This record gives sequence, C-alpha cells and structure tokens, in this order.
Amino acid sequence: MADYVVELKHVTKRFPGVIAMRDMHIQIKPGEIHGLIGENGAGKSTLIKVLTGVHVPEEGEIYVDGQKVSFANPVQAREAGIACVYQELNIVPMLPVVDNVFMGRKVTKPSGLLDYPRMHKEAHEALELLGHPEVDTHTECGKLGMGLQQMVEIAKAVSIKAKLLIMDEPTSSLGEQEVKQLMTTVRKLRDEGIAILFVSHKLEELFELCDRVTVMRDGEHILTEEMSTMTNDRLIQAMVGRSLENQFPKEFGTRGPCMLEVKHLKELGVLKDVSFKAYGGEILAFAGLVGAGRTETMRALFGADKIDGGEIYINGKLVSNKNPGQSIRNGIAFLTEDRKGQGLVLSESVKMNLILANMKRFKRALLLDHPKIEKNSQEMISTLRIKTPSSNEICAQLSGGNQQKVVIGKWINCDAQIYIFDEPTRGIDVGAKIEVYNVMNQLVKEGKCVIMVSSELPEVLGMSDRVIVMREGRVMAEIDRDSDHFDQESIMKAAWGGAIA
Amino acid sequence: MNNTKKKSSVGDLLMKLGPLLVLALLFIIFTIALPGRFLKVANLMNVLKQTSVNCLIASGMLLALITAGIDLSVGYNAILATCTIGVMMQNGITNPFILILCAILVSTLCGFINGTLYTRLDLPHPYVSTLGMKFVIWGVALLITHSQTIGFSNKGIDAVLWIGKATIFSFGFPVCFILVIIFYILFHIFLNHTALGRQIYCVGGNPEAARMSGIRSKDVLTIVYTISGFMCGIAGVVLAGRLNTANTASAATFDTDAIAACIIGGASFRGGKGTIWGTLLGALLIATIRNGLNLFSAGNDIQYIVIGLVIIVAVTIDVFRGKFEANARKMAAASK
Repeated sequence: MADYVVELKHVTKRFPGVIAMRDMHIQIKPGEIHGLIGENGAGKSTLIKVLTGVHVPEEGEIYVDGQKVSFANPVQAREAGIACVYQELNIVPMLPVVDNVFMGRKVTKPSGLLDYPRMHKEAHEALELLGHPEVDTHTECGKLGMGLQQMVEIAKAVSIKAKLLIMDEPTSSLGEQEVKQLMTTVRKLRDEGIAILFVSHKLEELFELCDRVTVMRDGEHILTEEMSTMTNDRLIQAMVGRSLENQFPKEFGTRGPCMLEVKHLKELGVLKDVSFKAYGGEILAFAGLVGAGRTETMRALFGADKIDGGEIYINGKLVSNKNPGQSIRNGIAFLTEDRKGQGLVLSESVKMNLILANMKRFKRALLLDHPKIEKNSQEMISTLRIKTPSSNEICAQLSGGNQQKVVIGKWINCDAQIYIFDEPTRGIDVGAKIEVYNVMNQLVKEGKCVIMVSSELPEVLGMSDRVIVMREGRVMAEIDRDSDHFDQESIMKAAWGGAIA
Repeated sequence: MNNTKKKSSVGDLLMKLGPLLVLALLFIIFTIALPGRFLKVANLMNVLKQTSVNCLIASGMLLALITAGIDLSVGYNAILATCTIGVMMQNGITNPFILILCAILVSTLCGFINGTLYTRLDLPHPYVSTLGMKFVIWGVALLITHSQTIGFSNKGIDAVLWIGKATIFSFGFPVCFILVIIFYILFHIFLNHTALGRQIYCVGGNPEAARMSGIRSKDVLTIVYTISGFMCGIAGVVLAGRLNTANTASAATFDTDAIAACIIGGASFRGGKGTIWGTLLGALLIATIRNGLNLFSAGNDIQYIVIGLVIIVAVTIDVFRGKFEANARKMAAASK
C-alpha cells in the first residue's frame, strides 16, 4: 500500500494569461482529515477541479495509491475513487433519496431495468455508515433539511467507494447542530480509512477536525503541517502573507438616542415574541443558532415577510413597514445574508446595482441622470474600495467581497439611518472582512444604528457593543459589552436555552 | 491592460453587430441573385411595410422577455384590436379617433389582465396566464365578429386604414414604419433612461433582490404586460390598413415572429437582457428573408425552414459571444 492515497507533484494549471496554480504539491494520507485553507482566489477551487478531473493541468503529476494517473474528465476521477461534495449541493429536490444517491450511476437487473430493491438497500447502507439510518430512502430530498441533504450527497460518494472525499465549504449553510453531526460523520469516514480533504474558511472547524492542514496563497503551496502544532495566528499569517494585527478593528462610537424599537413582534410558527431596542452609535449583534429566528426578525421588521402582531417604532414614532419599499423610506437598510439571491442583480452593472434601492435620487425630470449616476458610482468605488475594472462591469464578475461592498454602497445611497447587516462577512476573505468591519465602524461614528446578525461568535464578540441572543423565536438574553457575561460561553448557553446567572 | 481592453472591445463590437452583418450578407446575396428585383426602392419599402406589425408586437414582447417572461397572447390581442374596429364600424361608428382609441384600450386591457393574473394569482410563469388569455382573446374575437371576416373597403373609415396603408415622400416610405421608428425611439429612452425601464431589467435579472431593494416587482411586471397589450393595440390598428379586413385567421405566426425577432436581436429567455435596436434588426432580418425568398418564388415551406434555422444560428452566435466575452475578461484580469 502506498503512503499517500492521493499525491500531487509540481502541478501547474494555466488559463489564458493567468496561472491559477503554480508548482502545487500536496500529499494526502489514507484515513486522515486534511484541511485546506486559503483566501478567495488562492487556488483552492482550481486544486479541487484538478483533483476531480474538471481541469486538466498543463504540467505535473497526479498519483492515486502510488500509481501515476491523468484525468481527462470527471468520470475518470470518480472511477479512480475521488469524490467531491460541493458547497452548492447537487441534489434534485423532487427526486427521492435513492435516485439522488445513484445519480449518474445505475444498478440493473439482468433484464436491463433498474434494480430498485438493491439500490434502496445500498443507499440505506451508505446512510447507515454515515450515522443516519433513520433517513428513509423513499423520501423526496427536498423535504430533508440542509444537513441531511448533504448526507445524501456524501452517501453518493460513499456508495462509489471513494478513497478521497473532498468537501468544499461543507458547513457554510448548516446550523450549529448540523455542523456537529457532520463532524461526527466525517470522523466516522476517517475511521473507515477514507481520506478527507476538508476545505473551509472557518479556522475553529479546522482546529477541531483536521489532522493536518495545507495553506495555499496565490495559487501556490505555502505550508503543510500537523494541526496539533499549529496556532491560529500562524495560520492566518500564512494565509494572508502578512500578520493581521487585529481581525476585528473595533472602534467605539457614542451611544445616541433609541432609533429602533420593536415590541412583541410575532409571526406564526416563526417569531413568538420579540422585543428589543437599538440605539444610534452602537453595533447591536444578534446571536443564536441557525433557525433561532434572527433573520426572520429582520425580514419581518423590514416588511419582507408578513407579521401577525407587534409594533415597530422608528425614532419614537410608530411605523408600519408593510413592504421593503416603505421600510426603506422609513430609513432602514437591510443587507441580506443571501447576497446573490436577494442582494444583487448579478446580470446588471455595478453602477445600476448601486442605485437599485433609490433610483428617485438619480432622476432629472422623467429621465435618469446618467452623469450623476456615474459620478456617484466613482465615489462609491473609491470610498468603499470596490475592485472593479469599471462601473459598467457586470456584478457577476466581481469577487464575493467586492459584491458585498456593492450591496453596502447600494444602502449608503439610500441615506438609511438603521443598517441591518445579516451575516455580512459570510463567504468573503479576511481582507474584505476587515473592510466591511471598517464600514460598520464608520456608520457608527456617524451616529447611525447598526444591527448585525452573525453566526460567528468571534465576530459578535469582536465587533458588537451589545448582543441579543435568540432561541426559538424569542429573545433569550441581552448582554452588554461591559458585562461579565460578554463571552462565548454565556452566549452559547443562552442560545441553547440555559439561563445566565 | 489597455491593449487587451481595446482588442476585446473590437471583438465585442463585431459580435454585437452579428445580426447586422448577417443582414448585410443577405442583402448582398439577394442583390446578386435577384438582379433588378430585390434592390429596388419599391421592394425595400415593401419590406419595411411587411415588418411593421411584427416590429410593433415585438417591442412589447421584448419587455416580457427581459423580465424572463413571455407574452403568448400577442397575436390574437392584435387581431382583437382589428376586430374591435370592424365590429364598431358595423355598428355605425366611423369616427377614426374613437375607433383607434377603443381598439387600443381593448388590447391594453387584455395586457393588464395578463399581468394581473400572473402577478396576483402567483401563477408559476406568464406562459400560463398568457397562454390561457390567448385562447380567451381568440374566442372573444370570434364571438364579437360572429366568426365572420369583416371587410374595411369603402366603409368610410379610410382615416383609420391610412395608418397601415399610406406612404409618404416620392419614394413611398410607409407611414406605419414611421410609427415603428417613433415607438422604437420611445422604447430606447424608456428602457435606458428611465427608472422604470432600468427596473424592468433588474426585476428580470433578480426579482427577489429587486423586491428587497424596495422595487415593487409585481407592479413592474403588471406594467410590462400592459405595455405589451398596448403595443398589440397599435399593431392591430396598423393591421386594419395592411389587411383591409378583420380576420381572426391571420394571427397565426404573429407570436412566434415577435419572439424570433427578439431572440435574434439578443434577448434571452433567462431575462435581464435584450435591446430594442437588436429587436429591430431581428424583425428586419426575418422580413428580408421572407421577402427575398418570396422573390425566388419559394413557398411558405422553405421560408419556415430558413427562418427556423436563422433563429438557431442567431442564438448559437449569442452563446459563443457569451463565451468569448468571458474569455476576454479572463485575459484582461490576467494581464492586470
């Protein structure tokens, strides 16, 4: 048996005019969980695509079980035992679990027809191995939660007897509980002798789960080390190529008047009773598990969903935010967690997205004032440091961090007083994160009211002045930055339903 | 950096002019193959006349396509406008203003119903509402005309027919195409220089993001189908003069011709893109092919085959254009 289940040597992948991966090498041992980390654009996706046969590298060698191989297409990589669970799941929600597990593969009877009894049995065995024997293979996949849908995807890999399972940002859309389940499953697979390449942005997960870690930067291999000898700071330093003094550049504003007050907000089956106050000049964070009702609270007060009761006061005045348009006129901006689905029109230009929420401001008589729009977008591009070739660039072409800045610019153009940031740094790299934090700092200093929904506790603790913890549609706790309970432990306790002394 | 940018924009321009190049090529072929018959002022004016109704209908269809929708009721909606004129005329109304106004109102109302059904009943796709309305409108048109063809000649409504029939200048420029030019300029301004116009693109690109930005997506969509209905009304008025009759059987290919014009002109079923000038080129291309093949005395059979192939080729070019642009971007990013 070879030392490494998969090994890359001196692999280089070029695209017209750009080298996406340069002289890359990586060795993955059987039965290890190997972390892979790097900023956006560091070449992680290229590495994954080379391993799965999507890209064919120009130079270098790939070894599987010590045998030199070359993949001309994804099918060959799959046959060699390399499987990948992508961030966006390849699940057909209308089809039952069994068909999803056997997608692109079949088990037939001698007659040539599909052998469903055997397929069900095999699918069930695969799920059992993953620790989920409770999943009925007849269920439509769309009816399962995200976590279980992912298990179906992993079952797909297991059922082809994969030697190496690549997981690309597998926890990004999972709740806390589901992440725990996933980790248990991943460890189980490791114990079965399957190697896992675990790609993640979340350092805590890597520390908790991985045996070794590889860092990439600018398409190159930076280091591979045992996780046990690694530190947080060294990992970040390797990733960004410079040491980050502070991941959370918190600056303090002065707390102003109460700008937003929510009283007894209710939404059937989602929000039971939510009341809170938010002040100008402070960052109010909402913590809690996924599904605790944080995003739902924000959507309800923004008028994106109908409410079944409750009152909203802005600057002491009762308002009715029946739809997003009304809320925007009342001074609320809402950066949604789903940037591509709800924040941007990807097919439109940077310019047009920047004025999307307030076209009125850019009108002269009946027509749009194009010179004014251009001037505004130039200002936004320079103040928010949006990296784009021009204001006419289509938003789909920008990186995640720059897309997020465009959304922020859109709301700044609305002259909003209350800014709701829902998971503002999800899926963007470390450098861009800091720039987003700086925007929040700037808003707070201008006396604006900032509300931040975040599932990242370090971010909550690093940036907020006050934390509200939610659980099952209710406010469980409110913790001030000065309080003794302003720590990870207390927040988690409240999120899980415990009382804070 | 500058260099690549320049190169890519030249290539880009060439690709954007694709339909124009095809049109030019067709012109050259027809001119050579049909000496003295195709490249004649009278014939070219004929092409413009023949394409007018399609141009007017296609402009509304374009809006629907930009919002990732479709309006399948356009053909019978235009015919209904013509029939409205016919039925009112039979009932003794000959005032051209009243006739035109009523025809346009009826079609606009149908468009409004299309949009309302789609947005307020939360139907899954406008295919459903407009397909349903296509049959309803067809039935209504048959109902009010008692399934009879209504002749317009010498009935005292020549002022209405003038729009579709008349020509001006010594070389006989059709009035109906002047109408097309006016409306296309208005559409260009509307789509590019008004907030509502840009919102149509945004709703087409991502309705949820538009809603979360305070745009009333449903209202925008309703307006889109209402405008489409309005343009059908205008087309119906022109049709009265062009055909000299109100005949429910003449709507056969209006909807597919309009869709074809938009698609050849760069619109996409996925929404978010398409321009009015592209649509004009698409419509002219179709009319030129029909005209040229007619002069070859090719029948409908051949015409349909050729137009079908042109649609497929045009969209294929568009797909390649997308890939080409993506590649050019990669190069530009790499050389930075």
